[in-house]
Amino acid sequence: MSFPWAKQYQPTSAVGQWMDERLPLARFVYGALGPGYPTPKNLNAFYNFGVLAGVALVIQIITGVVLAMHFAADTRVAFDSVEHIMRDVNGGWMIRYMHAVGASFFFGVVYIHIFRGLYYGSYKPPREVLWMLGLVIFLLMMATAFMGYVLVWGQMSFWGAQVITGLFSALPVVGPSIQTWLLGGFSPDNATLNRFFSLHYLLPFVTFGVIILHVWALHIPGSNNPTGVDVKSEADTVPFHPYYTAKDFVGLGVYLIVFAAFVFFMPNSLGEPDNYIPANPLSTPALIVPEWYFWPFYAILRAFTSDFLGVPAKLWGVIGMFASILLLFVLPWLDQSPVRSNNYRPLSRILFWVFVAVALGLGVCGGKPAHEPWVRLSQVLTAYYFAHFLIILPIVSKLEKTSPLPNSISEAVLAKYGKTGGGAPVAQPAE
Amino acid sequence: MIRLGALAVGLLFVLNVLWGAVQPREAEAPNMAEELHKHPKQMVWAHNGPGNLGIFGTFDRAQLQRGFQVYKEVCSACHSINRVAFRDLADLGYTEAQIKTIAAEYEVATIDSNGEPTTRKATGADKFPLVYANEAAARAAQNGANPPDLSLMTKARHDGVNYVYSLLTGYSDDVPKGWNKPETSYYNPYFHSINIAMPPPLAADGQVTYADGTAATTDQYAKDVTAFLTWTAEPKLENRKETGVAVILFLIIMTGLGYLSYRKVWADVKKA
Repeated sequence: MSFPWAKQYQPTSAVGQWMDERLPLARFVYGALGPGYPTPKNLNAFYNFGVLAGVALVIQIITGVVLAMHFAADTRVAFDSVEHIMRDVNGGWMIRYMHAVGASFFFGVVYIHIFRGLYYGSYKPPREVLWMLGLVIFLLMMATAFMGYVLVWGQMSFWGAQVITGLFSALPVVGPSIQTWLLGGFSPDNATLNRFFSLHYLLPFVTFGVIILHVWALHIPGSNNPTGVDVKSEADTVPFHPYYTAKDFVGLGVYLIVFAAFVFFMPNSLGEPDNYIPANPLSTPALIVPEWYFWPFYAILRAFTSDFLGVPAKLWGVIGMFASILLLFVLPWLDQSPVRSNNYRPLSRILFWVFVAVALGLGVCGGKPAHEPWVRLSQVLTAYYFAHFLIILPIVSKLEKTSPLPNSISEAVLAKYGKTGGGAPVAQPAE
Repeated sequence: MIRLGALAVGLLFVLNVLWGAVQPREAEAPNMAEELHKHPKQMVWAHNGPGNLGIFGTFDRAQLQRGFQVYKEVCSACHSINRVAFRDLADLGYTEAQIKTIAAEYEVATIDSNGEPTTRKATGADKFPLVYANEAAARAAQNGANPPDLSLMTKARHDGVNYVYSLLTGYSDDVPKGWNKPETSYYNPYFHSINIAMPPPLAADGQVTYADGTAATTDQYAKDVTAFLTWTAEPKLENRKETGVAVILFLIIMTGLGYLSYRKVWADVKKA
């Protein structure tokens, strides 16, 4: 599962030798994250976000476990227990703000991670399963974040739970029953809060398990890289440790600085003020919106306003919203270009940036009230979203003329640093 | 095959939303409340520190005490601060004895030795009691309105600190032509629905007498009570920002050292 030149773990002590013959844990880590994992030497800063996403999850789990020690999953006291954490638990305000801001940051780094994968074609063979596992993680994150948001039992928690579970009521015949089954009642109540707490505690560990599969699937072909060209020789790679451990550490430091700036100086800037009002089933907020990381999907949900082919608009919205994520599972087969990196695909590169703009535009629309011009704008952007993946990309990837690829990663690196004129691959001295 | 299927599905979605987009819209009734509504005035606050940036800065203790006085003499007639305990007032610079005296002015529910419900004087460990036992009692006493608890008010509204100040100073008698204001409401363009049931609480200069000689103006009352409500909503604000400055300094040094080792580790690769 690795390149032939990967360094092999050599126990340096008798104890290490003894252990290695019984449980080669050190060998495993050495091969996965240590010097035994040869990594393309041209990875840029965007390749840091996978590690950052892992760190974000660990921060969420640690802070979450501590919060659960003080939180009470009962509709009568849930909101009070959160305020108890904020006011009376030692350091509770910090733990809670880290958890709340951490959720936003987790999504932020994962979105950059996904877009990096889209730009450099990291979903293409032989990394399809790696890509799909990533999407499974994304879906798990969304479910976990939604349920965690409900636990606070503020106004937006309650009405968010009402709206999101209400999506399922759009399904024909079984819809209302499914909503009742999900909520454990006819509206969000104690049964809802308790099951969401249970699942909110469970799903991060399921996510962790899928991340192990994701990293395993990564280690079979090894990391993609900005050229999208396969690793050809040892000259193309550096050992993960110390090279990428050192590089990722810098990225982690920068990430933590930005994270800390939000946690300590503007902890509520990413959240809705309405959630500081305790849930009140009798008073609907003027504007029910999810957290920012759901806005693009919320915009797609609300973009379907007309009944079409006899299917009601509400059901179309639900289908559209789920389809917008599920279609990414077949992306490896929709994009037919043999070239991975958009650096060598002039037309696709432009389309990529158009898509980024469309996704951001959908995000803006999703956070606005359902009035004009936002509804029409989100309809046009939604149309492009689907057209991009299902119509434009399959055609363009077939027709476009790609730029010549470098013969190897090291040739591309040398060309970038201006040391060689390209041409034949540089001869590799044996080590 | 998969691409043909994608094309079909893609066309289905695209035509569907675009069909929705070309449907005529019902003209939206002009929303006068939206037009009259004003964004909060942007004020400078002691707790926001230099440049009003919110990085440094501490509460002005004297201002918090004045704000508490305004709350007690004006707001507390209708609004509770039920998430604040009397002992928390130590943050405002009150001594234990002063807190005992303040708490003793309030009655809280308890049971006597026979198990019968009764009341006792509050202590430092108690929270500020509710003004009304429940929402129905509040609405019955307040002409149908329910005065909200103020503990979290500055975090429960957009730009909450400026919002509270703007609301308190934003009452106006100049009701625009065409705006329908019921007799029992007051005109306040900073309130989301413009008509607010709360009468102007800070009506006249001199309404509250400050012991420290600070100008007894309604504007000053509004500033002080807003600062106080910033504290009730975020009592750990100073602690949070102090910690933040230390954490970020540490992280900058750590990242700087990390960057130097990164340069050293990669030196041979970059040269190659």
